[in-house]
Amino acid sequence: MNAEAPLLSVKDYSLEFRTRSGTVHALEDVSIEVARGETVGIVGESGSGKSVLSFGILRILDAAADVRAGAISFAGMDMLAAKESALQQVRGREIAMIFQNPRTALNPIRKIGRQIEDVLRTHTSTLQADLKKKAIECLAQVRITDPERRYSAYPFELSGGQCQRVMIALALACNPSLLIADEPTTGLDVTTQAAIMELVSELARERSMATILITHDLALASEYCDRIVVMHAGHVVESAPTARLFERPRHPYTARLIASTPSPEVEIDSLASIPGNLPDLRRNDLPKCRFHARCDRAVAQCTVGPLPEATFEPGHRVRCFNPLAYTAP
Amino acid sequence: MLKMILRRLAGAIPNIVGVVIVTFLLTRALPGDPAAYFAGPSATTEAIEQIRAQLGLDKSLPHQFVLYLKELASGDLGNSLSTGQPVLAEIRTRLPASLELTLCGLVLACVTAIPLGVLAATRPGSWIDHLCRMLATAGVSLPTFFTGLLLAYVCYFLLGISPSPVGRLDVSFPAPATVTGLYLVDSLIARDMETFRAAAAQLILPAATLGLFVMAPLMRMTRASMLGVLSSDFIRTARASGLSGTKVLYTYAFRNALLPIVTTLGMVFSFLLGSNVLVEKVFAWPGIGSYVIEALVSSDYAPVQGFVLTMALVYVMLNLAIDVMYGVIDPRVGIEG
Repeated sequence: MNAEAPLLSVKDYSLEFRTRSGTVHALEDVSIEVARGETVGIVGESGSGKSVLSFGILRILDAAADVRAGAISFAGMDMLAAKESALQQVRGREIAMIFQNPRTALNPIRKIGRQIEDVLRTHTSTLQADLKKKAIECLAQVRITDPERRYSAYPFELSGGQCQRVMIALALACNPSLLIADEPTTGLDVTTQAAIMELVSELARERSMATILITHDLALASEYCDRIVVMHAGHVVESAPTARLFERPRHPYTARLIASTPSPEVEIDSLASIPGNLPDLRRNDLPKCRFHARCDRAVAQCTVGPLPEATFEPGHRVRCFNPLAYTAP
Repeated sequence: MLKMILRRLAGAIPNIVGVVIVTFLLTRALPGDPAAYFAGPSATTEAIEQIRAQLGLDKSLPHQFVLYLKELASGDLGNSLSTGQPVLAEIRTRLPASLELTLCGLVLACVTAIPLGVLAATRPGSWIDHLCRMLATAGVSLPTFFTGLLLAYVCYFLLGISPSPVGRLDVSFPAPATVTGLYLVDSLIARDMETFRAAAAQLILPAATLGLFVMAPLMRMTRASMLGVLSSDFIRTARASGLSGTKVLYTYAFRNALLPIVTTLGMVFSFLLGSNVLVEKVFAWPGIGSYVIEALVSSDYAPVQGFVLTMALVYVMLNLAIDVMYGVIDPRVGIEG
């Protein structure tokens, strides 16, 4: 991480959802920093709060969400204090987002070209007469074949991969400085996945755009990310540069995740699953460390004391009472 | 598009044939003997038989059916026994009256229920949501004859702001020259603003009565449909792209929520057209519903047959119109349908 102020900084962010069956403690003391041009992966199993965090950053949360504490600043702007009108200026122009299930993430009864035009009209001063040309350019940038014709296509006429390309075109139309990609390849077949990821990382490099890649696939994150943030049950448990994280994971959960990730060198039998499930986040007596019940390194303190944060090297932070130790090389 | 419409119309022919057969059989199966009814209580058996022969009711059922088809083919729906008038002429004057009333009721319901439903969906749990729920409950639970009477009592008798609630036009006005049969439209065509105003004044109370009744399903459907659409993925995308609130609400959400609303509209329209007898009775509205009820009570089968056939045709046209609207709203609905 460089010395200048990060592009995005989330500090001690806590979020709850009030539901009929109780309060869901969705995020607690989450801190994340993203520098300009950097690609950060947020990894964790389903329900760990990755998507909620990204919605929280953009402030497009459900009405039942309640921000309890923390601060989010983006390029010097206080996102939590900002007015809705100011947020609308940031969304789509400075921070853009692509989603999983691209097919349902696009308006089903509006031509895709028109949907891109809507974004352009909102955020740029493009003349009415040039809008269509500009939208077609956006489509061409994400390498959609025959963009002039695709301009008037509806999402249902396109394949899943093409829809995700349209989504990317829509998100990048205004040259944002941060792209949040929420499981962008879920539901696509493997070759399409690779093509989409290549496209995203290439476009991000070209524009020196920062990217947050949200995924449950550690292998995918390791391929494209400079840094990886591991989340578990609404906590950030570890964050480190990618190589470092794989070499010397400090949090037991990270170590388990790595051990359960398939790769060509590892035999399928030696893959270890992580026992247990995420704790019920509606509980009011959640242990300090939410991984404690599934952890083989748990100690007595895990349920009581405040969760410590240890920094092992610059940029490698762990929140654990009993992190893995390595002898000096 | 045109090809689709023609094909759909052709597809409706078997339905119409079925309707002709079924109504013919059903009206013959009605209890009561029309011949005896029209001969009067003091008629002799001979007189009744004579009338029966006159009406052609002494012939066998298939024979009667063939005769009926022959008349139908020449555009003759028969004569009403009680009034002696040709059924076709009666329907021609009464159907527009019912249409005008129903359409105005629907328009009133739409302009209130749809915005209220949208508001309720964007603010679930707010006072406006509760107000909508109350209005909807009141709208369906108060019978139309009651709201009709109440409105007439308040607006005519107490406040005196509306003309006497009898018929389509005050007696001092001549009916406008018939073009469409809808007084509002005809008086506009004739550029007769006074007649227009008078017709509108007569129309407003019964139309409001109907509108109040129809508001409930329309409002509930609008609210439910909007709520569903507002929580869908593409709305999140639109918000994440920084589109303004109104753009998200109208261009993105509302158009997607329209399909079920249009379906409901079609349903209540066809339901109302034939069954707003109570409102027609309360306001002495010379509509098709009150006409056919009278005919039914007196076993006057020709008007009943004519009515059912007319309604079947109206339904076919209505469904076609709704399908065309679907195609306009939603590109996924194949035009070939």
